[in-house]
Amino acid sequence: MQLLSSTLSLTRYSVKGDIAEPVMDTIRDGLKNHVIREIDNDPAAKSVGWTTSENPFHPNFDAQDFVFGTSLVFSLRIDKKSIPAKIVHKHYQMAVKKKLAGTEREHLSKNEKREIKDDVLHRLYVQIPATPSMYDLVWHLEAGDLWFLSNRKEANEELETLFSKSFKASIVRIFPYTAAQFLSGLAGEKIDALHKAFPAAFDGGAHA
Amino acid sequence: MLDVSVAYNRYKFLGHEFLTWLWYTIEIDPEMLKKADPDLVSLVIGNRVVLENSRHNREETITIRGDGAGLEEGLIALKKGGKVTEVNLVYCSAEYEWRFNVKGESLALSSLKTPQTGKVEKKEDLEGAVLERIFLVEKIVSLTYNLYALFIAARLSSDWDRRTVSRINKWIDSAIAGS
Repeated sequence: MQLLSSTLSLTRYSVKGDIAEPVMDTIRDGLKNHVIREIDNDPAAKSVGWTTSENPFHPNFDAQDFVFGTSLVFSLRIDKKSIPAKIVHKHYQMAVKKKLAGTEREHLSKNEKREIKDDVLHRLYVQIPATPSMYDLVWHLEAGDLWFLSNRKEANEELETLFSKSFKASIVRIFPYTAAQFLSGLAGEKIDALHKAFPAAFDGGAHA
Repeated sequence: MLDVSVAYNRYKFLGHEFLTWLWYTIEIDPEMLKKADPDLVSLVIGNRVVLENSRHNREETITIRGDGAGLEEGLIALKKGGKVTEVNLVYCSAEYEWRFNVKGESLALSSLKTPQTGKVEKKEDLEGAVLERIFLVEKIVSLTYNLYALFIAARLSSDWDRRTVSRINKWIDSAIAGS
């Protein structure tokens, strides 16, 4: 479980919108409907879905607990297949040669080349196993606060998309502007001051 | 509300000013930090400070690394118009220690090390370990955002330039003169 590892990275989110009642059923259904799909022996290059933090390769949201006190802990899993360009090139060249051998032509059309490349990629993706990456998240339901244990751009973007699809609620990343808006309780003239703010000069007065 | 990516880029300077203000507050007014966490025993700069100066259309990055590293170069970089973009902090509460990095533009935390939690040897140990770890991480999340709220209150006050900026400028000058 990533949450229990010795060092952590954390990006904070605020959950916007109400989760449909009964909340726990909605969440469990959202997790089950978007559980990670295994793509080994499958032509897909990438799969993104939820899994349990405790047992990420055998998720079962009915049998495995993901409620800890007032928080929910589960994981985003991203499985990706990566084929080195040189391997694709080698198999493509072999396939082109084989195709030409059956004809009297010296060249293939653009469409034929594209078909061959698609076939090669399809075959290689079926053969190559996916590399899984797991990222825990801690969702404080009552506070509408969510910690995502990664600062990786791609993982954060996948989280934002999958969360919205799964629970019909959006999450807003907390960074200096949103932290000022949502967490610092700003209102009225302070919001105006925030919008008008420009960088200050901390330079010992050198440029004052 | 502004578009998220526009707001991220337009206001990331606030995160850099926050970390610069935090360094000043740690050095000059450490008692103030207790407003963000009454259990705080100490908060100090750790083994890494990154500063950036993007004035005059040139990007200059200075990274200071290592335990016990002198921060004089950082002060000189501030004097030249740089700001802190990332910092490693060491927080102590009771007899326990946390270490973590904060990135100014995103307020994201990284390399967060909390005090050790109990080992999970049996399935029944898991819930206790998870709740304990959430509690320990919450200390740093709350500390960081409470500090940011203190900064924002000062930043958006009418006397920000006259009071806070001028005090930070005096600190930079006197720290350089005394180093």
